[in-house]
Amino acid sequence: MLLSQLPNGAHAVVQRVLPSSADVGAATLRRLGELGFIAGEPVQVLRRGPGGREPLAVQVGETLFALRLLEAQCIEVQAIDVCVN
Amino acid sequence: MSQSLGVEPSLPIRCIALVGNPNCGKTALFNLLTGARQKVANYAGVTVERKVGLVHLHNGQTVSVVDLPGAYSLSAATPDEQVTLEVIEGRRAGEDTPDAIVAVVDATNLRMNLRLVLELKRLGRPLLVAVNMADVARAQGLKIDLARLAIELGLPVVETVAIKHNGHAQLLAQLEQHLAQPWPSAPASAASASSTDLQREVRRILALVAPLAPTLGRFQYRLDAVVMHPVWGLVVLAAVLFLIFQAVFSWANWPMDAIKGAMAAVGDWILAHMASGPLRSLLVDGVVAGVGGVLVFMPQILILFFFILLLEDSGYLPRAAFLLDNLMGKVGLSGRAFIPLLSSFACAIPGIMATRTIANWKDRLATIMVAPLMTCSARLPVYALLIGAFVPERRLGGLSLRGLTLFGLYVAGVVSAMGVAWVFKRVWMKDGYQPLMLELPPYRRPSVRNLAQGLWERAHIFLRRVGGIIFALMVVLWFLSTYPAPPAGWDAAQGPAIQYSFAGMMGHALQWVFAPIGFNWQISIALVPGMAAREVVVGALGTVYALSGADASVADALSPVIAQGWSLATAYALLAWFVFAPQCLSTLAVVRRETNSWRYPLFMTVYLFVLAYAAAFATYRITLWLGG
Repeated sequence: MLLSQLPNGAHAVVQRVLPSSADVGAATLRRLGELGFIAGEPVQVLRRGPGGREPLAVQVGETLFALRLLEAQCIEVQAIDVCVN
Repeated sequence: MSQSLGVEPSLPIRCIALVGNPNCGKTALFNLLTGARQKVANYAGVTVERKVGLVHLHNGQTVSVVDLPGAYSLSAATPDEQVTLEVIEGRRAGEDTPDAIVAVVDATNLRMNLRLVLELKRLGRPLLVAVNMADVARAQGLKIDLARLAIELGLPVVETVAIKHNGHAQLLAQLEQHLAQPWPSAPASAASASSTDLQREVRRILALVAPLAPTLGRFQYRLDAVVMHPVWGLVVLAAVLFLIFQAVFSWANWPMDAIKGAMAAVGDWILAHMASGPLRSLLVDGVVAGVGGVLVFMPQILILFFFILLLEDSGYLPRAAFLLDNLMGKVGLSGRAFIPLLSSFACAIPGIMATRTIANWKDRLATIMVAPLMTCSARLPVYALLIGAFVPERRLGGLSLRGLTLFGLYVAGVVSAMGVAWVFKRVWMKDGYQPLMLELPPYRRPSVRNLAQGLWERAHIFLRRVGGIIFALMVVLWFLSTYPAPPAGWDAAQGPAIQYSFAGMMGHALQWVFAPIGFNWQISIALVPGMAAREVVVGALGTVYALSGADASVADALSPVIAQGWSLATAYALLAWFVFAPQCLSTLAVVRRETNSWRYPLFMTVYLFVLAYAAAFATYRITLWLGG
C-alpha cells in the first residue's frame, strides 16, 4: 500500500520509492530517499493538515516531515501492527 | 582519537568548513567558534549563503571557518545546497578549498545525520565529526558511545554543545592538536553510494553505538496534537498573530511617549539656545522633525521582532507552514514559500534571499515576486502614524480598534500576495505540482541569549539606518524644502514659504500624478525620498510640515497636524498605497542579484506601482463616496 493510504497514527515500514505520476521528477524521488524514505525505515503518519487530505505529517526514523499528497503517493509501505505490551 | 587509514601527505590547516544537515546547529557552533552573531533559528534553511569567520586557538594561531548552508546530501537539490557542494569540492570561483571538513551532526538524530557523514567520508578529505546538541541528547536519555562511533566511522569524533559557553572545547583541542598535521583522510571512492546502501551502514553503526533509539518527548507529540490540529491549530495561529498586532500597539505606548518627549525637549532646547538662522532650521526642522519622527517607531519594530524571533526559535514556523500549505498550494505556491514570505514581514531582502531553499525556479520566482507584498517593518511607521492620527482609540469587544486596523492591513498584504501569485501561476508560468518535503523540527525552548542578541541586532540596524541613510535624506530634503527662499516681500498670508522651494515645485509637479488618488503636494514630496527607504516617508512628512507650518515645533506632533489637514479619504488612500508601496531600491537591487536579470525587478516595480495606484484610487473614491 502507499503511504498516502495509511490512516493517521498508523505505523509502517518503507518498501520502496517509486514515481506516482508524471509530475514527480527523478529529483523529487532522490530527495525523498535522502530525507530517509529508504526501504526498511519505519514510518508513521501522525496527522493530516486542515481538510484531512494534505499535507501529511510523517515521522520517518526520528525526523518529522510534512509531505504533500503526491510525494506520499510515491512511497510504498508495508503496514505493521504495533503490539502494545 | 584519529585512526590511521590510507595516509596521504597533508597540509597544515588554514581553513575548515562546517557541513551538516539543515538545522543541526552549524551556525550556532560557528558563532561560538568565531564570536560572530549570525542569525540562528529553529527551522531548516536559515543560512543560505556561506559565511566566513576566524577562530582564535589558545596557542595564538588562527584558522578560518566557513559556515555553509545545511544539506541533506551531496547531490544538491536547491540553490543554497549548491553553494555547500561547490565550496567543499573547491569549485567555487575565487575561494580556497577548505583544508578540512567538520561534519556537524545532531546527536538526537544520528539516523538521518550519519548518512551525510558517510557521504562526506567518501570524498576522501580530512574529516572530523562534531556530535552537536549533546546536552539535548543526554536530557532525552540517549547514550551515544562516542569512542565506538569514532572506531566504526574511522574518523575523529568530538562532542559539542553549541549553545553553551565553552561547548566547543573538545573541537578546539582537536584543531590545535592537528593544526600542523591534519588527521588523515579516508581514501576517496569514486562510485557514489545510494541512500539505501548508506542507510544500511548507518543502521549497523547505530546498533553498536546507540542501540536505544531516542524517542521524541511525549510533550512534543502532545503539543503537536494541538498546534497542528486541523481546527485548533488554525485557532492558535490566528490567536498568535492577533496577539502580536495587539502588542505592537498596546505595549509600545510608554517608550514611544518617552522618545517623543525627549525629541520635543531637544527641539525646544535648540530653539531656546540658538539664534534663528539656517543652521537652527536644519537642526530643528530637518534633523529633529525628520529623524526623530522615524526614531519614535523603534519600540513598535522591536516588539514585532521580539515575537518573530520567539516564533523562529521555538520551531513553530514550520508547523504554521504545515497548516497553511493547502492555501499556498491552491494559489500555486510551494509550501516552502511560507518561511521566506514570513521573513519578508521583517524585511523583503532576507525574505527574497531565503527563497534559495526552494528548488523549482518558477516557484522561486513567484515567491520572490510576491515577497514585497508582505508588510515589511519599514512600513510599520507609516501605518502607525496614519492609524494613530485617523483611527480613534476605541475598544471593540476588548480589542483595540487600532490593533485591528493594523491586523487588517497586514491581512490585505497577504491576501493580495495570494491573488498575485495565483494570477502569475495561471497566466505566466503554468506549472503543475510543487513538492513540499519540509522538515518539522522538535520544539525547543527559545534561548534568552539568542532573543536578546536578535533584538539588539535589530535595534542596531534600525539606528544605523536612522543615523545613516535616513539622516542623509533628511538633510537633503531640508535643503530642497528651504531653498530657494521665497521672494522679498513675501508674508505668511501668501501661503507657506516651502511652496517656493525646489521641493515645493517638485511636489506641485507630482500633483498631476497623485491628485487623482487624493495625495496633496506634501505627500507627493515625501514619496520621493521614500523610494530609498519606506520609513523615510514619515520623517519627510515631518520635515515638510515643520517647514510649511507657521509653528516651528511640529516635531513631536505630526499626528495631530495631519489629522487636521487631511481628509479621511486621503489617509485611507495612503494606507492602501503602502500595502503595495512599490518604492524600495534595495529590494529591487536584491531581486536583480537573485534573478540575474533586470527584467524581473523592472516587472516588479511596474506591477506594484500599478496595483498601488489602483488600490489608492479605489480607496480614495469609495471613501469620498461614502462621505469620508
